[in-house]
Amino acid sequence: MSQLQVELVAADRKVWEGEASQVSARSIEGELGIMPGHTPLLGVLVEGDVTIHGEGGKRTVRIDGGFLSVDHDRVTILAESVDAAELAK
Amino acid sequence: MGAQIREYRQRIRSVSATKKITRAMELMAASRVVKAQQAVRESTPYARAITRAVSAVATFSNEDHVLTTEKETVKRAAVLIITSDRGLAGAYSSAVIKESERLLQRLRDEGKEPVPYLVGRKAVGYYTFRDRPFAAEWTGDSEKPSFETAREIGRRLVDDFLKDSDTEGGVDEVHVVYTRFVSMVTQEPEVIRLLPLEIVEQEMAEAADAELFPLYEFEPSVEEVLDALLPKYVNSRLFNCMLQAAASELAARQRAMKSATDNAEELVKKYTRLANQARQAEITQEISEIVGGASALAESK
Repeated sequence: MSQLQVELVAADRKVWEGEASQVSARSIEGELGIMPGHTPLLGVLVEGDVTIHGEGGKRTVRIDGGFLSVDHDRVTILAESVDAAELAK
Repeated sequence: MGAQIREYRQRIRSVSATKKITRAMELMAASRVVKAQQAVRESTPYARAITRAVSAVATFSNEDHVLTTEKETVKRAAVLIITSDRGLAGAYSSAVIKESERLLQRLRDEGKEPVPYLVGRKAVGYYTFRDRPFAAEWTGDSEKPSFETAREIGRRLVDDFLKDSDTEGGVDEVHVVYTRFVSMVTQEPEVIRLLPLEIVEQEMAEAADAELFPLYEFEPSVEEVLDALLPKYVNSRLFNCMLQAAASELAARQRAMKSATDNAEELVKKYTRLANQARQAEITQEISEIVGGASALAESK
C-alpha cells in the first residue's frame, strides 16, 4: 500500500514532514480521516488535534485551526500555530 | 600645554569607549541578521503552501470574494508603515518614512484620504512629534516579529477593510510600506498594495505553468474555504513583510555601527597624533626654557 507524504507547516516553521498511513483531523463538518488514495481535497480545519499514523506510531499535535490539502497522496496541513509538544516526545 | 595633552588623552579615552560599544552592537546585529534571514526562510514553506491553496481555490471558483474585489469609489486608504523600534540603524527608519510620505502624497493627489497604521516605535515617535493622527500602532518586536503580531495586524486591517468607509470609519484599500531585504548591502523601501488582493491572479498564472491543479473537493464549500483562506493569506504576507523588515533593520544597523566603529578608529588615530605633537611641543619648550635660563645665568656672571 502506498503511503501518504505528510507535511505539517506552521506559520513560522515546518513542523514535521514524513510518511504516514493515515491522517485524521477535525474539519468544520466533523472528524476527517485521510488514507492513501483519497480524492483531492481542500478543507478548513477547526481547533483541535491532528493525528498522524506513521511508522513510529501515532503522533498527535494540537492546532488552532487551519487548512488541509490532499492531492496525489500528498497531504499538507497548514496551521497558524502548532503546539508540537507531543511531537518532541 | 600640559592641559592640552590631558584634553586630547581624555578625548581618546572617551572615543575608544564609544568604539567598544559600537563594535559590540555591530557584532550583535551581525549575528542576529543571520537568524532573521533564517526566519524569513523558515516562513516560506507556509507562504508557499497557502499561496498554492489560494491559487487552487481561485482556479475553481469564479466567485468574487469581498477581499479581492475593487471597491467602486476609494475614499480612505490605509497605509501600514513598518519601521523599527530602535534607532542606530543609519537611514533605515527615515528611508521607510520618506517612502511612506511619498505614498501619502500620491494618495492625497488621487483624492483619497490616507489612514496611517504604524508598526515600530520610530514611526509612532515621528507621528506623535508632529501631532498627526494615526489609526493604530504596534510596537515592541520589530527585531524579532512574532506571528501573533502579524495576525493581530492582519485581523485589524481586514476588519477595517470590511467596514464601510463612509459610516464606520473603514478603509477601501490597504497599502504596506516596508523595507525589502535584497542582500546584506541592499535593502529597499517598497510599497505593496495588500487589499484588495491582486497578487492571486499573478501567482495563479505562474502556478498554472508549473502544474495543473487536480479537481479538488472542498470541505465544506468553495466559498467557506475562500472565506477562511484569504485572511490567512493576508496574515502570511504581512508576516513575510515584517520578517524582511526585521532582517533589513539588522543589516542596516550592522552597517551603521561598522561605519561608526571605523570613524571612531580614525578619531583615535587623529587624537593620538595631536597628543604626541603636543607632548613634543611641551618638551621642546621646556628644553628651550632651560637653555635660555642657563645662558641668562651665564651672562649675568
